Amino acid sequence: MFTEPLLPVAPNPILLLALLLAAMYFARKPFQQAVLAFSRMVSNALRLSAASVRQAEKKLVDRNREVLMSAGLENAERQAEREFDRINATVVRNLNGYPTLQRQMAEVAAKLEEDHARSMEIPPHLPNWIDIIEPIANIKHPGDAMVSKMLAEIDRNLRKQNRQAIEGFRGASAKRHVLLNRMMPLWRRVQKTLTDLGRSISDLTERTKTIDRLMDDYREIRARTDKAACKLSSSSTTQFLVAGLVLLIAAAGAVINFNLIAQPMSEMVGGGSFIGPHRTSAVAALVIILVELSIGLYLMESLRITRLFPVIGAMDDRMRTRMIWITLVLLTILAGVESALAFMCDRMASDMEALRQTLAGVEKTIRPGSQIATIGQMIMGFVLPFFLAFVAIPLESFISSARTVVGIVTAGLLRLVVFLLRLSGNIACYTGKLIAALYDLVIFPLLWIEGVITEKPFTIRQAFEHVSNNRQHRKAAKVNEKNPARTHILESGE
Amino acid sequence: MKRCTILALLMGLAIGGCSDAQNRTKGVYMLIDASATCGLELNNAQTVVSYLLGAAQPEDSLAVARVDTGSFTGKDIIATMTFDRRPSVANNQKRAFQKRVNDFAADVKNGSAIDISGGILQAIEYLNEARVGRKYILIFADFRGESTRDRARNISFQLSDVSVIALKVTRLAPDSRGPANDLERLELWRAKVEDGRGKWQVIDDLERIDTIFNH
Repeated sequence: MFTEPLLPVAPNPILLLALLLAAMYFARKPFQQAVLAFSRMVSNALRLSAASVRQAEKKLVDRNREVLMSAGLENAERQAEREFDRINATVVRNLNGYPTLQRQMAEVAAKLEEDHARSMEIPPHLPNWIDIIEPIANIKHPGDAMVSKMLAEIDRNLRKQNRQAIEGFRGASAKRHVLLNRMMPLWRRVQKTLTDLGRSISDLTERTKTIDRLMDDYREIRARTDKAACKLSSSSTTQFLVAGLVLLIAAAGAVINFNLIAQPMSEMVGGGSFIGPHRTSAVAALVIILVELSIGLYLMESLRITRLFPVIGAMDDRMRTRMIWITLVLLTILAGVESALAFMCDRMASDMEALRQTLAGVEKTIRPGSQIATIGQMIMGFVLPFFLAFVAIPLESFISSARTVVGIVTAGLLRLVVFLLRLSGNIACYTGKLIAALYDLVIFPLLWIEGVITEKPFTIRQAFEHVSNNRQHRKAAKVNEKNPARTHILESGE
Repeated sequence: MKRCTILALLMGLAIGGCSDAQNRTKGVYMLIDASATCGLELNNAQTVVSYLLGAAQPEDSLAVARVDTGSFTGKDIIATMTFDRRPSVANNQKRAFQKRVNDFAADVKNGSAIDISGGILQAIEYLNEARVGRKYILIFADFRGESTRDRARNISFQLSDVSVIALKVTRLAPDSRGPANDLERLELWRAKVEDGRGKWQVIDDLERIDTIFNH
């Protein structure tokens, strides 16, 4: 009974199309409104999301900047502190010797003064009466023997006095020369002391220049300038890459170390037990390596090379020194254990090979008795723990720079998300408009007829303008709602 | 108090998560038929023992016994060993084990009839006492000379978690009924093992011996 057609006549396709177009024409406005509303809804949602993500990105960028600046400040403080420590060491070293130096200088100065005073002694002069006697001695005598004898005696005395005076003068001059000669090494000593002092002072001057430079950097960071931020960002990226590379090398070293001790560990902890899916011997080897890393970390902290644990850095010097010695001894013990395990590894490999040969029923082949490989393994076993101990330094750099680098990368990703959200929002918005325009395109004959009747011919452009005008009207309405004064001015035409 | 409880709970979870209660040791009991039927196959049996020794890990258990003396007794056990946890000690134990098997192979005298059922009962007892994680019984025999239809020997086994692996040996004197008889015997043993909830496996080629522990 349901096989009979519902319509009395066969459906005419043209009629059906006309009916469909008519229906679409009458449904045009609600359909377009629905499509545009939906596209607006999607677009707005995406834009809101983009705004939210942008805010998050901004917060992240600010946080990154804060982290970068605080890290930079800490680093600059640390560098300045180290420079001050060095200056302190230099000053202490020089000041420790200063009293001795002062005493030496005073002694040398006193000696020099004394020698100088002695070298300035006036040579002995002839007696005063010689000037009076000399004219008498030069009197021309008439040939009186008595007078002649007296005058000859006077002359002899005069000559004798003169010779004595010359000898005395020569002796005094020689003594002065000796004194002056003695002053030479004293002068040299003074000169050397002053040169050493000058060198220390110039070293201090160089250090003060470094401190000046560091303080300039510090001031820039404190002022949070873009230049400082850029410099710190670049520096942290470089640090991240370099520290990552060194950590990779250290990881390779740890793997070699692990393979060196994992097998012989089974002699200690047993070869048949498991922790989870892993052999206990492998886990024990891993634990030993991790313990070495931890001890290395404590050692570097105690030496104040790294600052991952402020508690250790804040310890008093005596306790810190004790900790340095304890960690160093522990590290040496572990290195010795590893060396022994490396030796055992070689022995076990030999034993295993011998057993295989026995089980296979072949004659034992005697290996050449070279101990080089064994010694090499033992040395590696001893050295690798110390190498791993130094991992603390790149680890600290990696962790501190990773904060910045991860922040920068995350901010970049968020920026990309913002872009994609905005793009999607725009696409959603224009897709709605496109659908509305295509809808008009489908029913354009009816719209054209409407245009002819109302004397406004329809075009595709008109459809777009229609959609845009709707939107502009809505925007204007919104603005007017928010600002009634503007509405009043517009209405009044002013 | 609450914090302490949470901490203890977390630690317990961590320890429970990390520790593995599963016993990973394996126990292998090998039964060798050194009777006239396959006495010349002893070289192959020694090869299998060598392989088992090579594959054995510390704390594994291994035993070898002969089943060709008519009725299985304790004297038929050639060697048993649970290897030490230290690999170096275990290696020395393996050497000693191999020496005992080689000594047996050098002085072996052909037996009269085989008693695989008695050997399996002994093997089950040994493996249960050894407290191993995985249990294997290797039968190096051609299964002739013992009928599963024999009422006296028709014992049911408790073979749960035990893999019974038959290593097929070369027949020197072909059975009068041909390969069909061999297959029938193997089928009867398979049914018997599976009735005891054991796993049955046949290895024709000794080159594939390394696959036995993969199951």
